[in-house]
Amino acid sequence: MAIINNDKYTQRINWHLSKYPDKRSAVMPLLYIAQEEYGWVSPEGINEVAQLCDMDPTQVKSIAGFYTMYSEKPKGKYWLQVCNDLACALRGADEFHHDLLHHLGIEEGGTTDDGLFTVEHVMCLAACDKAPMLQCNFHFMENLDMAKMKAWIEEKRAELEKENS
Amino acid sequence: MTNPIILLRGQEVPNIHQYDVYVQHGGYQGLKKALGMSPDEVINEVKNSGLRGRGGAGFPAGVKWSFIPKNEPVKYVTVNADESETGTFKDRLIMETNPHQLIEGALICAYAIQAKAVYIYLRGEFWDVAHQLDQCIEDARKDGWVGKNIGGGNFSCEVYTHLGAGAYICGEESALLNSLEGKLGQPRVRPPFPAQKGGGLYGEPTVVNNVETIANVPWIMVNGAAEYKKIGTEQSAGTKLYCVSGHVKKPGVYELPFTATFRELLYDICGGPSVEGRNFKALLPSGGSGPIVHLNDQVLDTRMSYEDTAKIGTIIGSASLIVMDDSVDITWVASKVTKFFKHESCGKCTPCREGTYWLDKVIDRILAGEGRPEDVKLIENVAKNMAGITLCALGEFAANPIIHTIKNFPDDFNQHVAKKAETKPVPAKKLAAAGD
Ligand SMILES: Cc1cc2nc3c(=O)[nH]c(=O)nc-3n(C[C@H](O)[C@H](O)[C@H](O)COP(=O)(O)O)c2cc1C
Ligand code: SF4
Ligand code: FES
Repeated sequence: MAIINNDKYTQRINWHLSKYPDKRSAVMPLLYIAQEEYGWVSPEGINEVAQLCDMDPTQVKSIAGFYTMYSEKPKGKYWLQVCNDLACALRGADEFHHDLLHHLGIEEGGTTDDGLFTVEHVMCLAACDKAPMLQCNFHFMENLDMAKMKAWIEEKRAELEKENS
Repeated sequence: MTNPIILLRGQEVPNIHQYDVYVQHGGYQGLKKALGMSPDEVINEVKNSGLRGRGGAGFPAGVKWSFIPKNEPVKYVTVNADESETGTFKDRLIMETNPHQLIEGALICAYAIQAKAVYIYLRGEFWDVAHQLDQCIEDARKDGWVGKNIGGGNFSCEVYTHLGAGAYICGEESALLNSLEGKLGQPRVRPPFPAQKGGGLYGEPTVVNNVETIANVPWIMVNGAAEYKKIGTEQSAGTKLYCVSGHVKKPGVYELPFTATFRELLYDICGGPSVEGRNFKALLPSGGSGPIVHLNDQVLDTRMSYEDTAKIGTIIGSASLIVMDDSVDITWVASKVTKFFKHESCGKCTPCREGTYWLDKVIDRILAGEGRPEDVKLIENVAKNMAGITLCALGEFAANPIIHTIKNFPDDFNQHVAKKAETKPVPAKKLAAAGD
């Protein structure tokens, strides 16, 4: 599906375009909408956003590339961004990150074969008093340990199995 | 005397984030009062309060507002909610728990400079917070506090949120403005400054203030500048939200007047070192970018104000205290901080882009036990050469930690390179053979 002429997004797109005196300013919120639709900022998404903001697609692409939260390739269903910056690392975040990768059997930045989980480490997420912590698809999960993570991972795997059966 | 609470007031009230509850507890009275004054009177009140910017630099807020030219028809307020400095998590707390306080403060600022609109720029990760703020803005609109003819008067102003997308540099005010305009989030050459024509949002005069700075404003309007000035020290009026992370028993955000000492915060409130038997070793009082200090008695007995921290060779900045006990190797800290700045350098100027790259490379080498004694001098020189010649302060932020970790904790570096000094260099031929 497209984001233009898609009832699911029309209202939100128009609202963002109305917020600024210059359409170009809506490029960031609209890139989020494109990412929501396609799962990443795909070439189709870039072209549609460019059309909506009166911009050149190459300009939109360079904006998308500048920021880490626009994904330039498809990610797992759960995109886990683990903070292992200084304050979290003082409370065991490096070990947590390492153990999580090991448990899922993937490398840093990789995605599990079932397409469920992508793990990346990121810089400070402004939740340093609740380390170890991560961001899962824009929601924070805090005060974590591997026991909690394993239980959560099992839950998500079971959900997938149910969907597939 | 119990400590005055300004920023975290209302936290004990259930659902203070809801418009009705906020209003029942005196909400929007500061704005109401401001609307009954002239814009200049509001600016003067904030000036007289001594309120300083909480985003790091501590610039007097009222003075900043007074720089906005009066005869320009279009002006803007942007609230800096990018909160990305390592160890900082106070703005999120304000916005999550008492969002109307921020909206009210931003509207008072907008009235004072006669702004057309307020944009609250949040880091992309504050997705949930932004959606709650959007709801709050709509609730306040229903009662006439946002939009046309605010409070029934002549002043009209819109309030919007804007989500960033993961770039620390967008917290730098001119990069923030570029990002908001839909351009790459890279700093601008100044002058013109944001307050001047040509320098602000869409080229219009613009005030950029941190969330915490703005959240003080409703209280100041209601209680008056004189009451505010009674709290804190001579040059640091009011209270501060201190973010404590790392090796303490109770990390978190705490509000204290600027007269409080590091000891009161780290021992009395945070409970001292988190691991029994360990002692405090070092403190980064202002996240990754401020100078590191030994966490000794002299520091512990220092008041956490702008002027007192300057006396011990550091800054209070955004008050992001990262506490380290004696298990921590400061070379590792330098490495972590450097990785942060290397990742966040926007790449626009060479000394910052290349400097952070080399610093990271050489520190990694030192940490791996492969550094030579002269490597310590090398990174110190690289850092010193970066400072002061970059387009924005990030270059300085990246240089600072290196310069101060080496200056204050030389042994932590030397222990890694001393071994290398003892071992004889491996002959080149042998190395080549080993690589076969
Ligand atoms: C690299 C860099 C990052 C910054 N990040 C932030 C930030 O996340 N939040 C913030 O309020 N100020 C940040 N600042 C400071 C802003 O440029 C600006 O001084 C501040 O928002 C002004 O508000 P204040 O006077 O209320 O402190 C940053 C500055 C630099 C150089
Ligand atoms: S100092 Fe660094 S972050 Fe700042 S403009 Fe230059 S390259 Fe970008
Ligand atoms: S260092 Fe991890 S959230 Fe701040």
